[in-house]
Amino acid sequence: MEVAKLTDVTRIYKIGEVETRALNGVSLTIESGEFTSLVGPSGSGKTTLLQLIGCLDQPTSGKVIIAGKDATNLNRNQRADLRKGTIGFVFQFFALIPTLTAYENVEMPLLLNGKSAAERKKRVMELLSAVGMTDRANNRPDQLSGGQQQRVAVARALATDPKLILADEPTANLDTENGEQVMEIMKKLNKETGATFVFATHDPRVIKYANRVVTLQDGLIVKDSKVNGKS
Amino acid sequence: MESTLRLSSGHLQVRDADYDPDKLSVAWEYLIENPEQIAAQIEALDQVDVATPRLLASGIISVQSDSIGVQIMGIDPASRANDPYRHLVSGEFLTADDREGILIGYPLAQNLALNVGDRINLLVNTADGTVDEQLFTVRGIYTTGTTAYDKGIVFLPLAKAQAFSGAGNHASMIFVLLKDREQAEFVAKAIPSRNFKVETWRELNSLLVLVNDFSNAYLTVINLIILGVTITVIVNTLLMSVFERTREIGILSAIGMKGRQIIAMFLAEASLLALGGVTVGSLAGWALSVYFGKVGIYFGDLGLSADMLLEDRIYTYLTLESAINLIITAFVFTLIASLYPARMASRMEPVEALHNAQ
Repeated sequence: MEVAKLTDVTRIYKIGEVETRALNGVSLTIESGEFTSLVGPSGSGKTTLLQLIGCLDQPTSGKVIIAGKDATNLNRNQRADLRKGTIGFVFQFFALIPTLTAYENVEMPLLLNGKSAAERKKRVMELLSAVGMTDRANNRPDQLSGGQQQRVAVARALATDPKLILADEPTANLDTENGEQVMEIMKKLNKETGATFVFATHDPRVIKYANRVVTLQDGLIVKDSKVNGKS
Repeated sequence: MESTLRLSSGHLQVRDADYDPDKLSVAWEYLIENPEQIAAQIEALDQVDVATPRLLASGIISVQSDSIGVQIMGIDPASRANDPYRHLVSGEFLTADDREGILIGYPLAQNLALNVGDRINLLVNTADGTVDEQLFTVRGIYTTGTTAYDKGIVFLPLAKAQAFSGAGNHASMIFVLLKDREQAEFVAKAIPSRNFKVETWRELNSLLVLVNDFSNAYLTVINLIILGVTITVIVNTLLMSVFERTREIGILSAIGMKGRQIIAMFLAEASLLALGGVTVGSLAGWALSVYFGKVGIYFGDLGLSADMLLEDRIYTYLTLESAINLIITAFVFTLIASLYPARMASRMEPVEALHNAQ
């Protein structure tokens, strides 16, 4: 089943009179349950591609279909609605809300989805347990290490049980041990829940877990290969 | 305003149609005959609190080589209308049958180095156009807190003032205080005006009313300036908050928070800010108002004329209406002021917000 389908997608950024072509006619289909890495050098367009899949941005041309819905021309609020229940994000800089505890950070997407207090509590504890953060539930991000913050971010990304989890350089700010731990957790959740993961990365530690590697260069997909990722 | 009216003009004055208040003449043709009887008739009106005759004459006080021009006011010592003069620094108030006693103001007593019991020589312009003089004993030294008033007015019992000035059974005016001063125009029309001229407090204090209106307008301008500053501070605070929380807004937007929810979040924050500010401001304002309402703010003798008497201390007061008006205005303006930063936050693209914050 297709979770995301991009057809001939182009994204051009315009700064003043200067145009930068970040993606140049990319077509890509992500199937359910994949653990895909988007790789390539800096400026190759992998983050832009991830943002388009995540409905954080809109293409200049081409078509984007997410979970069966055409997201190409959705307005800001419609895209927010689509993201809310369908897509989870893990960012490079952890991106937790600094004034909220780990528990509250994981709870936030559930609140936005209108879940009841009982449902929220059950789900948050379930997810914190899955990422091994139950004992740090009441800590704020500044009281957690980078690895712990990223584990909370993974839990938050999975909170609404989304079809697609997108991660932009999830291990870039983690040491080897923490990076491995975070990847192990995501791989485990991929296998257990069937959630689809797409990473933009050039970290070999991430790539080795992937079962599909899409290589970008100068805004084009130059290689798309199935691999036997670490399980 | 009310204290000035009670002290000086009253809410209404009934005078002979030909009386000129600037001349202080005690010639009979300018005065009201049988004033007690007329005062009693006026006091019988429902809206009237108290009505009392007063005789005004010009005079000179002489003590040794010093002489000072004063206004002599003959009053009914028993009337409640004269309560503002009962605050005595020393001595006692006049009695109706006192034939030698005089009540003088504290600044006048200081100027002439007079104490209770001292004797003074008082000259008066009489009804027949001549001058009479008599020795009086200082019975009491009063203070109304209004130096401009206290330094120029001395009191005698009405009967003594009438006899001394040759005014006979006449008075310069009937001084009237109403239960509600806003009824002045209505009551003025109800008083038979055959030979009388009835003037309301607005007519008697036109300059003070003008200044009062002006000061109200001035206060409105000051309030608007304060509100302007408040709005600027609120907008600035919330804009800072938006900039500082760009990343947070980006995250919330990325996980599905809609624009209107982001607006609601900032409005809620502004409401809390307004609630805190209004609570602290109201308590501080109330406390200051109570304090300065008791202690007053000292301005001293501003050297204003008798047309515009102001107490040496100005006392603050807070009405429930003005407090509620200001609280609601502050709250509403804070929310309005927060709309711009809130809209700005809601329009941030998550990609840009996350990118700019990194």
